[in-house]
Amino acid sequence: MAETKYMTINMGPQHPATHGVLRVVLELDGETIVSSTPHMGYLHRGIEKIFENRTYWQGLPLTDRLDYTSGMSNNLVYCLAVEKLLGIEIPKRAQYIRVMLSELQRIAAHLLWVSTHALDMGAMTVLFYGFRDRENCLKVLETVAGARLMPDYIRFGGLREELPEGFLGEAKAFIDELPRRIDEYETLLTENVIWKRRLKGVCPLSAEDAIGYGVTGPMLRASGINYDVRKAYPYSSYEDFDFEIPLGTVGDIYDRYLVRLKEMRQSIRIVAQTIEKLPEGPVKADAPEYVPPEKDDVSKDMAALIRHFKIMSDGIKPPKGEAFVSIESSKGELGFYIVSDGSERPYRVRIRPPSFLNLGSISKMIKGSLVADVVAAIGSADIVLGEIDK
Amino acid sequence: MSDNSEFLKILSGKAAGIKIVPTPPGEPSAMVDKGSIRETLDHLRYDRDLSFNMLVDLFAVDYMGEEPRFEIVYILRSTKNNARIVVKTRTGDEGIETASDLWPAADFLEREIYDMFGLPFANHPDLRRIYTPDDFEGHPLRKEFPLEGKDFDKPFVVDLEKE
Repeated sequence: MAETKYMTINMGPQHPATHGVLRVVLELDGETIVSSTPHMGYLHRGIEKIFENRTYWQGLPLTDRLDYTSGMSNNLVYCLAVEKLLGIEIPKRAQYIRVMLSELQRIAAHLLWVSTHALDMGAMTVLFYGFRDRENCLKVLETVAGARLMPDYIRFGGLREELPEGFLGEAKAFIDELPRRIDEYETLLTENVIWKRRLKGVCPLSAEDAIGYGVTGPMLRASGINYDVRKAYPYSSYEDFDFEIPLGTVGDIYDRYLVRLKEMRQSIRIVAQTIEKLPEGPVKADAPEYVPPEKDDVSKDMAALIRHFKIMSDGIKPPKGEAFVSIESSKGELGFYIVSDGSERPYRVRIRPPSFLNLGSISKMIKGSLVADVVAAIGSADIVLGEIDK
Repeated sequence: MSDNSEFLKILSGKAAGIKIVPTPPGEPSAMVDKGSIRETLDHLRYDRDLSFNMLVDLFAVDYMGEEPRFEIVYILRSTKNNARIVVKTRTGDEGIETASDLWPAADFLEREIYDMFGLPFANHPDLRRIYTPDDFEGHPLRKEFPLEGKDFDKPFVVDLEKE
């Protein structure tokens, strides 16, 4: 009998299908994967360390650099955590706008995922359609923030400023058009024989494993576990909106695809409701010691200028304490744990990156499958290395 | 917030010897002695009524100057009860025992703590640095580690002989 020899193959860090600088070392028996070791850290910037050396305000722009496909959600969770430390109440209008923006951001992130995943699988057409719609979505977000990927529009105590004129009309036009576009993707992919053969039954993750590995987001729900932070621990008035949690059954890559498409439709529902129910009122909390005044007042009113200067140069000083907040970002449960020692800089900021824990299940997922499926599995986990490496 | 008083009652009844304090964030929180942390986690994980089957997060906080110096924080979730609990313990440089056999998620998270704080986890299956290179010196998230890193202003010279 011949001796069995395993072959070791290196994949990445410069590989288009790893969506960033991820390196996976595969141990192969012929075409079958025996074991695999992911290596990360090529993008490590020490964001948690930088947080400790910046004031709370200066920390805000760092958050969009984590998961650069969903900046609004990252800003939101950091602001919620700091607001929890400060103990300030956010006006209803600002809460609704936050929900609207983070759902639009989720649509943009999922569109990016569908497009790139289809490209990884060799279906190039979807990329062009998907990016067209993602572009429209980013244009809508750009009108409020002035930036496409790093918005910083959500601030402590509410929003930077009132929505620009005509924004609601643009958002409405976008979500009215989108269901038809999603139907287009479905005709391209859902019943496509090649797509189904490539994804159905590939690299499934059982419900038990998914929970054990701390997997969250669409990946967990594709395995049939009904856990969505928006329902389990509603934040920013999510309890006011009517939406469903799409679930999968077997937890294979095809299920993850279906869950994400259905989630986009639910996000459209939520955005439509926020536009419909949007209350009137201020978009900043009434907390003068923490929330800077309107930009317009700063150039007219001496007291406002002093207040602005005080908040920006001294920084805000939350009381001593700890706060943990997690939200449902497009990748999964994104959490911030902030320890405050009462000074203007956080003592410790812990980021719970969903992609990092989702990646932890990769070795389990691809064990026993073929090399070509590794690309599909990594793609289906929807990882962003900016968030994994922090 | 979905924490219910009903569940808290079960929790305080079941978790004998653990002092449960409702923290301001609304999550029940417990400070556990280092000696009994393993036992406590085991209980929380496998007790049929509690069944905290998901490790949401695991990280360390460096309280330099205090004794013991490091705080290890476990955030656990029970999908059955839809409840979360924060379990904390303190340790010095010697580290604590691994939890990766209870929750596979702890594998990566403990490697991260090992890399960033230099705390070893006993019985961990694969304890290596996760972010920084294997020959990296120091542990970046310790408070005494400088923000810019060490020797950041010196030119980076490749020694071809050595390579």
